[in-house]
Amino acid sequence: MQDAFAAALEHWPRSGAPANPGAWIVTTARNRAIDRIRREQTLARKTELLARLQEPAPPSPANEETGVPDERLELIFACCHPALAPEAQVALTLSLLGGLTTPEIARAFIVPEPTLAQRLVRAKRKIRDAGIPLRVPPDHLLPERLRSVLAVVYLVFNAGYGPPVRGELCAEAVRLAALLATLMPDEAEVHGLHALLLFQDARRNARVRDGVLVLLDEQDRTLWDGDEIAQGRLALERALALRTPGPYQLQAGIAAAHSEEASNWLRIALLYGRLAELAPSPVVELNRAVAVAMSAGPEAGLLLADRIEGLDDYYLLHSARADLLRRLGRDDEAAAAYERALELAPSDVERDFLRGRLSALGC
Amino acid sequence: MQYLLLIYSDESLWESLPDDERQAIHREYGRLNSDLHAHGKLVAGDELQPVATATSVRLRNGDTIVSDGPFAETNEALGGYYLIEADSLDEAIEWAARIPSARGGTIEIRPTVDHSGDGS
Repeated sequence: MQDAFAAALEHWPRSGAPANPGAWIVTTARNRAIDRIRREQTLARKTELLARLQEPAPPSPANEETGVPDERLELIFACCHPALAPEAQVALTLSLLGGLTTPEIARAFIVPEPTLAQRLVRAKRKIRDAGIPLRVPPDHLLPERLRSVLAVVYLVFNAGYGPPVRGELCAEAVRLAALLATLMPDEAEVHGLHALLLFQDARRNARVRDGVLVLLDEQDRTLWDGDEIAQGRLALERALALRTPGPYQLQAGIAAAHSEEASNWLRIALLYGRLAELAPSPVVELNRAVAVAMSAGPEAGLLLADRIEGLDDYYLLHSARADLLRRLGRDDEAAAAYERALELAPSDVERDFLRGRLSALGC
Repeated sequence: MQYLLLIYSDESLWESLPDDERQAIHREYGRLNSDLHAHGKLVAGDELQPVATATSVRLRNGDTIVSDGPFAETNEALGGYYLIEADSLDEAIEWAARIPSARGGTIEIRPTVDHSGDGS
């Protein structure tokens, strides 16, 4: 059951489309001469960066050692600009900042290679022709744009977390999050995402056994990557030290609580409560219901789960309800809920898992 | 760079607004116009006559085919435009967001092609 919400968690916040910038902040008046000089400078820099856009090779690690100011941060903000289609944002980020080749990205997202190549060409052309700026957005745009960048990195991770697991995508997302954390050390949510991905990635090899999803409490903990968990804790500490709470940090806190000797369900339930305040969504409510069930009993959890609106077509709601009903001894209702989850489950791995649960009920 | 901001909105919605609201929107457009002008961003801009005045022209096999109506019939019709000077798409987006019709309608942003270096 724990993995029901772990999986639910993975799908969040895919829907977190950035809101309209909204408030216009009055630009300071500049005289035309300064304006023109700046434009020329920008253009020169842009031309240089665009030349880099054509380079197929990933940024060389030599940059990190020489301390040459690198423009990868500006590049990632351009790649994740909301004027690009979401799938183009992901492909572009992976191709320009990740270590994956076009065929590898195409395989990972199950897209024909020419389609992906065309998507990349079109996106690069839009960056150039529409004047998408290669820069770190100014303060009044930063929160919204950073959300878009973090969402892309998280999406890459989720695409790899499966099932089926595609480890190279997870590793790439962790690497991108680490890069962002290095480049934007003052952004708490960047460290929060980095920590979250480290915790989740640490459990990657234990999540699927013989092609079947393994519940968190049934996972072989010796398969967890202790180094990554330790790194996750450090990243989370860095995030919390900045004292600017946010959804990724809360999720990382939850993941940290799961990485202890035994999951601390009371703390997890509290963290989901905060998350529901900060970033309300029915999926978060579902996770909260499961955590409450684990800390306060299935009845309390079911009460919360039955109050959730708008998730009727979400298989994890039904599989979580089924588990709660089973624990309350209401086997017939549990079986009906498993059947419903089975109808909605997105892949064979999940269906196999649910069939296993259903047959264990013996109905 | 120059960007064309195309203002699409529902004409019937505009017509249904009470006078004082229309005047408030006009004043808002006025402020936007003077800000664009003061920042040296405004190249051109106009409100268009209602879409009922639109005429479409096509040349097919040498014949000029003239028809009544816009290129595409949609609920939101092109009602006006600004041609502005902006440093980047982000700046164009910020100006576009200030156009009152962005609230109910849609502003399409199109960068123009710079031909100033051509044919010399």
